Amino acid sequence: MSELRQEAEAIAEQFSDHLAVDADEIEERLETLVDEYRVPVDEARRSVTNSYLEDAGMERDELGRGGSESVLVNDIDEDEQWVDLRVKLVDLWEPRSDSISQVGLVGDESGTIKFVAFKTSELPELTEGQAYELSNVVTDEYEGSYSVKLNRTTQITEIDEEIEVGDNADTVEGALVDIQSGSGLIKRCPEDDCTRVLQNGRCSEHGEVEGEFDLRIKGVLDDGETVTEVIFDREATEKLTGMGLEEAKDMAMDALDTTVVAEEMGDDVLGRYYRVTGPTFGRYVLVDEMEDPGTVDVETALIEARSI
Amino acid sequence: MSQSAPTREVARRVFASEFNDAAFTFTESDDERAPVYALLPTGESSNRVFFVGTLTEKDDVGEDAEYWRGRIVDPTGTFFVYAGQYQPEAASKLRDLEPPAYVAVVGKPRTYETDDGTVRVSVRPESITEVDAATRDRWVAETARRTVERVAAFDDEGNEYARMAREEYDLDPQTYKDAALSALADLDENDGDELAGDGAASDDPASDESDPAGTPEL
Repeated sequence: MSELRQEAEAIAEQFSDHLAVDADEIEERLETLVDEYRVPVDEARRSVTNSYLEDAGMERDELGRGGSESVLVNDIDEDEQWVDLRVKLVDLWEPRSDSISQVGLVGDESGTIKFVAFKTSELPELTEGQAYELSNVVTDEYEGSYSVKLNRTTQITEIDEEIEVGDNADTVEGALVDIQSGSGLIKRCPEDDCTRVLQNGRCSEHGEVEGEFDLRIKGVLDDGETVTEVIFDREATEKLTGMGLEEAKDMAMDALDTTVVAEEMGDDVLGRYYRVTGPTFGRYVLVDEMEDPGTVDVETALIEARSI
Repeated sequence: MSQSAPTREVARRVFASEFNDAAFTFTESDDERAPVYALLPTGESSNRVFFVGTLTEKDDVGEDAEYWRGRIVDPTGTFFVYAGQYQPEAASKLRDLEPPAYVAVVGKPRTYETDDGTVRVSVRPESITEVDAATRDRWVAETARRTVERVAAFDDEGNEYARMAREEYDLDPQTYKDAALSALADLDENDGDELAGDGAASDDPASDESDPAGTPEL
């Protein structure tokens, strides 16, 4: 099949719900533009598509992309993709612009993602807690965070299904190249519902407080291409370092200094490779599970390196 | 994941033979505090490195204050690491460690021009920790892969750092790929159980008595 024939059939498919056009006619129009007038194929496709849009009295965004892909929200990692989702509406937020009809969070078993619906799309309102099939939504990216935009062509179907919303768990592997300040033996604010870490005995919300000891490590995993900040809570820190809270307190007491704890931990963990899994929270991965990647399979590594 | 500025610089994986050739440094902006990058000859910028090797020697080369120099050997050559009063933790590590030992180092590339105009490349460590053979092997495998990947991308259109490397160096990236693959192949043969010290160091042109990294000004 020629390239133009393929383009023609793709265009015919897009309009199949709206207009009676056949691929032969479209192919002829494309040929005229491309062969006679030397218009590039992209431009020819655009021009022909636009003329049919006009015939049908449609806007460009009403045009289906024909078979968008069904994905999990935590797998969305590309801008401007047309996708289908099966999600529960987790949270609705106050729209900050008059052009927005609804904004909030939708989620599936992989995690949650922000969604936006615009007034101009004239879509039915979504209800919190309800599960939906959303087909033909478009992905969007802003400073590394992804969201989805509903649009005029989005099909919204209520589904009678309980969706367990996941926590955007990620797995990261790399060498632990840094332990950041605020690691080791720390003190947290004891006020109800406040777990802020104290700086020089002060909570940024409650001022000078007594403080309760805790352990954590804020670390950086680096695989030579990307860096990921990870947080080990007390349990994960104990597992990682083998040092418990009491031992850490004794150590700090002996040294009359809490920073020795983070230094001691650094000796045990810096420069080692780890693979961790956990939910992402802002720019941090909160470590739920951790493993030592163990001995490298040199033979496989060699085969892989030779094939690059 | 969202990246909030300023982002942390990634630690490049590079073998000693390539690192020691990375004598050209540059910044990406005119800002006084703009980070300084060493240009890797395989076409990548490097503001930080991570490597694992065998500490074979350590000396206090300081005149007034302590200034520790460590020689850390990988399958291709020797990294020179310098730590003084501004790197107190790394300096005390070098003081305490007994060679030979496997060590992991996170640090910044530093260049120093000798009296005869030769530029030496060394590492200013952020951290030094003693590690095991499995960690060393994983690093060699990882670094071989990263090196081969950089060489594979060297001729890519729009590879800005490769273009810069062509302009600034007269070095064939293929040699680093060959060195990387043979480092990995050796690991396969030796199964990586014993310390990599002597055998690897004796092939190393930098292992004679002179100090090819020079001693940076204190």
